[in-house]
Amino acid sequence: MPSVFTYKFDTPVYKGTSSFNTGLFINGQFVDGSDGETIDVINPTNGKLVTKISAGTAKDVDTAVAAAQKAFDTTWGLHVAGAVRGKLLGRLADLMEERADELAALEALDNGKTFSWAKTSDVVASVGCIRYYSGWADKHSGKVIETSEDKLAYTRNEPIGVVGQIIPWNFPLMMLSWKLGPALATGCTIVLKPSEFTPLTALRMCELVQEAGFPAGVVNIVNGLGSAVGQAIAEHPHIEKVAFTGSTAVGRKIMEAAARTNLKKVTLELGGKSPNIIFDDADIEKAVSWAVHGIFWNHGQACCAGSRIFVQEGIYDEFLKRFTEKARSLKIGDPFEPGAYQGPQVSQIQYDRIMGYINSGVEQGATLHLGGERHGDEGFFIRPTIFTNTQPSMKIVQEEIFGPVGVVIKFSSSDPDDIIRQANDTIYGLAAAVFTQDINRALETAHKLHAGTVWINSANQLHPQIPFGGVKQSGIGRELGEYALANYSNVKAVHVNLGHTI
Amino acid sequence: MAQPVEITIPATGRKISVPTGLFINNEFVPSVDSKDTIETVNPATEEVICSVVGGSPTDIDVAVAAARKAFNTTWGKNVTGFERSRLMNKLADLMERDAEMLAELETLNNGKPVRVARDFDIGDSIQCIRYYAGWADKITGQTIEVDNKTKVAFTRHEPIGVCGQIIPWNYPINMWSWKIAPALAVGCTIVMKPSEVTPLTALKLSELFVEAGFPPGVLNTIPSLGSVGGAALAAHLDVDKVAFTGSTLTGRKIMEAAAKSNLKKVSLELGGKSPHIIFESADLEQAANWAGLGILYNTGQDCTAGSRLFVQDTIFDKFTALLAEKARALKIGDGFGDVSGGPVVSKTQYDRVWSYIESGKSEGAKILTGGEKRPGKGFYIDPTIFTDVKPHMKIVREEIFGPVLAVAKFSTEDEAITLANNTSYGLGAGLHSNDANQCMRVSSALEAGTVWVNQYNMLNNNVPFGGKKQSGIGRELGSYGLEEYTSIKAVHWNFGEKLDWPF
Repeated sequence: MPSVFTYKFDTPVYKGTSSFNTGLFINGQFVDGSDGETIDVINPTNGKLVTKISAGTAKDVDTAVAAAQKAFDTTWGLHVAGAVRGKLLGRLADLMEERADELAALEALDNGKTFSWAKTSDVVASVGCIRYYSGWADKHSGKVIETSEDKLAYTRNEPIGVVGQIIPWNFPLMMLSWKLGPALATGCTIVLKPSEFTPLTALRMCELVQEAGFPAGVVNIVNGLGSAVGQAIAEHPHIEKVAFTGSTAVGRKIMEAAARTNLKKVTLELGGKSPNIIFDDADIEKAVSWAVHGIFWNHGQACCAGSRIFVQEGIYDEFLKRFTEKARSLKIGDPFEPGAYQGPQVSQIQYDRIMGYINSGVEQGATLHLGGERHGDEGFFIRPTIFTNTQPSMKIVQEEIFGPVGVVIKFSSSDPDDIIRQANDTIYGLAAAVFTQDINRALETAHKLHAGTVWINSANQLHPQIPFGGVKQSGIGRELGEYALANYSNVKAVHVNLGHTI
Repeated sequence: MAQPVEITIPATGRKISVPTGLFINNEFVPSVDSKDTIETVNPATEEVICSVVGGSPTDIDVAVAAARKAFNTTWGKNVTGFERSRLMNKLADLMERDAEMLAELETLNNGKPVRVARDFDIGDSIQCIRYYAGWADKITGQTIEVDNKTKVAFTRHEPIGVCGQIIPWNYPINMWSWKIAPALAVGCTIVMKPSEVTPLTALKLSELFVEAGFPPGVLNTIPSLGSVGGAALAAHLDVDKVAFTGSTLTGRKIMEAAAKSNLKKVSLELGGKSPHIIFESADLEQAANWAGLGILYNTGQDCTAGSRLFVQDTIFDKFTALLAEKARALKIGDGFGDVSGGPVVSKTQYDRVWSYIESGKSEGAKILTGGEKRPGKGFYIDPTIFTDVKPHMKIVREEIFGPVLAVAKFSTEDEAITLANNTSYGLGAGLHSNDANQCMRVSSALEAGTVWVNQYNMLNNNVPFGGKKQSGIGRELGSYGLEEYTSIKAVHWNFGEKLDWPF
């Protein structure tokens, strides 16, 4: 029998207790992994063990898929009216809102982001996303298409069925919401693998899903390693669709596995090396603030991080000075410390990886303008880091670092198309930001950038109503907005013959 | 005046505090310049329940000004769809909390059975508000490709502004919900004139509106006579749109007033004389149930009442006998008892329906069942079915709005369609058949905004509803309902074209 984990928070910003089962959540019950294995959950603030959770296997995925299929065929899918699916999602949002602080605290404990960010950003966005999709559940209509009077032709948006979902560790609860919302609204049933680094809020959500009234088997949460549970989902012959958010490297594997097995539908939200372009006429103070948010929000652990900061030569010096000052002023510390902006990176692996990039930057001859070192002597803290004087070929300019490391690049005014070329010179295409007071230039630039999202005079602002996703190797498909519903729907065209004879 | 009144529900002993003032800016206030009051009557006992303030045209001015102020400051474009959604969901939660109480108040004033009020009127209303709450943050325009080098063109779906809404007495709470929900979702503000016959639940719901947290002025409720408050709204120069549900006669007046004043946008849900066709292949037992529902639900006080029944000759005798049995089996009585239907809503309606029954008799139609007055108190009318009707008869041409059915025979499908469409109305229609091709042909041919196949009367909040011909203009419910409260602005944004001079 899997154990119940209880954690007591006694911090300056939050006091309370959180308690939840650590097992696999399959068919409405908590069970051990089929081979009895567990995974250690580490607190990135101090590197210490928080608890052990059950680790799933391919066999557990089979069991979950069977439960999800049964639910789809009997108690979910189109057996339940959209208005009812919407009502349950609304109830789930209510329950999340009631436990907002507890969820924020768990997220901060597990991921290392500050309690303040988790509470005001992650949890708010997560609740908002579930509420947003609760509204779509009875509104995803098909069309009636006129052809001629001897035919009635219409489309139905039917739920795909059992879908597999694999989410990352950078915004655990928010990524869970982005996946659950549209899938449940359309009537799909789910087998979801949280990240093995950050399973806690997902486990706490299992009980909220039950309390909200979703029938057993509609949502199944199977923790485990990517190589075991993630692979099993990607290969499963009875999962018709897989949605993955994570690295481009793993995204490839998912897509290959899907192609090799049953050609299941694939949507991917992958990495980015998003350009942030700051023209001479930008409001410098605002551009600095947004640029800081662009690369240092969530400790740089955001797929859409504005990690290549292009600054036009006219304001380069002033921008760099102010940007550096602001970055230096960011308070790093315990996620539960009042006023902390940045906590630790999520894990030892990430810490090593980021430090590896920082070293490569130095080795390849870039100027380490700020930071570049560990903060404190316990936990995976890295100081906000800025490189200048880089070359396009350098690893720190080409590859996604996923840490608080920004690269600031001067660009000249002589050729207006050159900055676009530089910004687009990447295999990625997730997001981009443009800062200028000249609206003509802003729109022209935005339209020429190869990215799924372009922010004008802001960065990293998301809303549940606005679609998000990548072009090029940043992904396939869109999440959020009405667009996400298409990921979980099969369009069926029905032709009713009213008089045509043959 | 304008102080709340405590009402006791006789059947349950529940005490309900009912506000009696005009609801403006989140407060209940007396009339600015009038001493008029409106008396509400319990149609089961014919006794007065209480009086409420009757708003004057000046009160309408005050309400419109409040709605305009809110639209310009705390509502309209000043509030996010997300926030509108949140408040609407809260309102739905509160209605759910108070459903039993609201049902009892509705039954006291309108007469319908209390369990129907609770499970259907109020249940559907709560779902309607939640449905539109879900749309509030999903209002999208289009970006339209014009010339990528020089221009972006896009549309914005903006709220129309201050909306006058005038609702009837047959489904007071449900009609209230159908009106406020899409308007609020899109960001409009409202001056609502509930029916002078049934203003009580609209006033009580205004209290919940405050409790939900809506800013003052977003909804204002002015009970008033149609000829006073309704007319004032229709003619008001600062009301951007009027939505009316009621008789075709009054609908015309509203539209004229709108045209004469400021060309405000108009949507109308008017009367009907909806045809209900029974083909020989139909499941007769089921068809009889649906046909009975079609004319007897809400005691026939339904704009879509299937009041002209056309039965194929081969099954005529069998079907009509079945239907008469079913009509007689329905228990009509006090809404607080175990009944399927209550009294008609008022003396005026009672007299009106009876005059149609008398006209049916005098024009030579035959009574199959009903047609006899009940002794005693209460505006009760028993189900009345006429056969041997002819197209020219008043009971066949005019909307009766009571439990009175006119039944005619037909032999061919074409004949049925011709008879069915022979009306200036076009609100609902029903057909029963087991022949799929026939279902498609006939549903395609019927001139009605809603066609039921093998069903009647059942609506869904996400499916649009409205009339063709003189049954109305515009659609309520579904995503279509949003369009009535939306004003499209096209933005042409040039970023690359320079204009030569002289051009």
